[in-house]
Amino acid sequence: MMDNVFVYCETEGAQVAEVSQELLTKGRKLADELGVELHAVAAGDGLKGKVESQILPYGVDKLFVFDDPVLFPYTSAPHTDILVGLFRQERPQICLLGATVIGRDLGPRVSSSLTSGLTADCTQLEIGPYTDGKTGREYKQLLYQIRPAFGGNIVATIVNPDHRPQMATVRSGVMQKALYAGSARGEVVYPDVAQYVSPEACVVKVLDHHVEAAQHNLKGASIVVAGGYGMGSKEGFDQLFELAKVLHAEVGASRAAVDAGFCDADRQIGQTGVTVHPKVYIACGISGQIQHIAGMQDSKIIISINSDPDAPINQIADYVITGTVEEVVPKLIKYYKKNSK
Amino acid sequence: MNLRIVVLAKQVPDTRHVGKDAMTPEGTVNRAALPAIFNPDDLNALEQALRLKESNPGSTVGVLTMGPPRAVEIIRQGLFRGADTGWLLTDRLFAGSDTLATSYALATAIRKIGGVDIVIGGRQAIDGDTAQVGPQVAQKLGLNQVTYAEEILGIRDGKATIRRIIDGGVETVEAPLPLLVTVNGSAAPCRPQHAKLTMKYKNFQTPTTWSVADIDADSAQCGLAGSPTKVKTVENIVFQAKESKVLTASDADVEGLVKELLAEKIIG
Repeated sequence: MMDNVFVYCETEGAQVAEVSQELLTKGRKLADELGVELHAVAAGDGLKGKVESQILPYGVDKLFVFDDPVLFPYTSAPHTDILVGLFRQERPQICLLGATVIGRDLGPRVSSSLTSGLTADCTQLEIGPYTDGKTGREYKQLLYQIRPAFGGNIVATIVNPDHRPQMATVRSGVMQKALYAGSARGEVVYPDVAQYVSPEACVVKVLDHHVEAAQHNLKGASIVVAGGYGMGSKEGFDQLFELAKVLHAEVGASRAAVDAGFCDADRQIGQTGVTVHPKVYIACGISGQIQHIAGMQDSKIIISINSDPDAPINQIADYVITGTVEEVVPKLIKYYKKNSK
Repeated sequence: MNLRIVVLAKQVPDTRHVGKDAMTPEGTVNRAALPAIFNPDDLNALEQALRLKESNPGSTVGVLTMGPPRAVEIIRQGLFRGADTGWLLTDRLFAGSDTLATSYALATAIRKIGGVDIVIGGRQAIDGDTAQVGPQVAQKLGLNQVTYAEEILGIRDGKATIRRIIDGGVETVEAPLPLLVTVNGSAAPCRPQHAKLTMKYKNFQTPTTWSVADIDADSAQCGLAGSPTKVKTVENIVFQAKESKVLTASDADVEGLVKELLAEKIIG
């Protein structure tokens, strides 16, 4: 059977990435809507017996596990050969990958090889009809790949009418993972890696591979204190760490703050950073570009501190404090300490 | 080792400093209101190329760009900093290219240049943020690929050693030439324009300019025709505006807010 939905499951050692599980949940919904199966593919070393239980519960009908020492640490060509070979044989209609370093290295290589369209950093994926403006040809069920574009000033819906698979990458945290309540086939196969990967594909050697556990848990934080360009300087930004400490919060940043060097890139919130869903989001000196709002709009309570009363982020804020961060942040710390005892 | 190095560079609208007139009333992008700049990550790529040229005497660096005629400015900027030559792909048939059609055009041009040992580009361009063109070019040319590079540590015996950033860590890889590398914006910044070179190339206007026909490209794979992705709709986002409670920075207002959040167990 062809036309299924495929999710590439990224692994570090034998650990399946959370973003892949989020995409399995989304992929299951898309497959149900299209009336097709959800298939998953994992490639690495020592996966057999370890990854199945991390993948199948998300509603996978068929899982392809490619297990071979040449597949870890990840290098571009062998993983490309696997997806290209598998897709030529299985002919899926949709392929989803995490918008991670690996997904953004692998996705374009596969799309280039198969001449299929790929859309990066989607924030929504939906199924819908499309009529080609020039030919008038109608398509019933295409994948709408929705993403902010042009520095986050507009939102574009992209479709791939004539090429398969329709490929999209999605950042971690954009979709929510959930175990599948329905029943899926749960078949697992272990194809022969040598049938897919040639020795010439394995010429790039990883001399040293060092991964540390994340320094923070921004994605899962229940309170986020985030700073923007309005923090003025690195020193100004650093006072947010103090506020975060008293509130038991994590610190995030807008892209403008990261670009200005106020904060490390791994704390960037937005379409090209982390997506957060906290109980409380305190935006300090953040104007609220679309690409930032795309990463925090699902926060339950939004508090905006901004000297500009017309800052776009104020439109979606529950509380707006019109004032400078230099004045307001120390007061928040002071009155929290005073009243929380 | 004499290296033939090609830098992929793009002229982009400066989306980081978008003013209120960046969008037309019809909701399309007002490109005229945005200054055209050298894509930031591509400058980091150029720096890595110039360092390789210095550490491998006899090497050459050429800047390859695709865009309207005014994109010649990118090549000039490259020459001012130490590049040796440049190629501008410009043709109406290239207009409307998505990443795949762009990579086809660039790959075809690199094939025409011939004998290229290493292609270096920025990780991504700020007007699209896709990071797709580099790997797509590498695939079309059958090149090895190293993305998210911080530093090209050296080239020895036809192999490059490269330090790259991965999710949650770092990696050092060794990749045989020919090779395509994409460089992060956090890599070493590009050297400034060199005064003597700027004088030398001050009146430089006409690099090698190539059309679709000049590079023997298949026009069906260029521009809109060669782009599998189509833009269905483009919209300005209208946020679901909320009824906000507006406060001042006064002690009374800030303390009142803190008490309210504590009382409702939203914080604390």
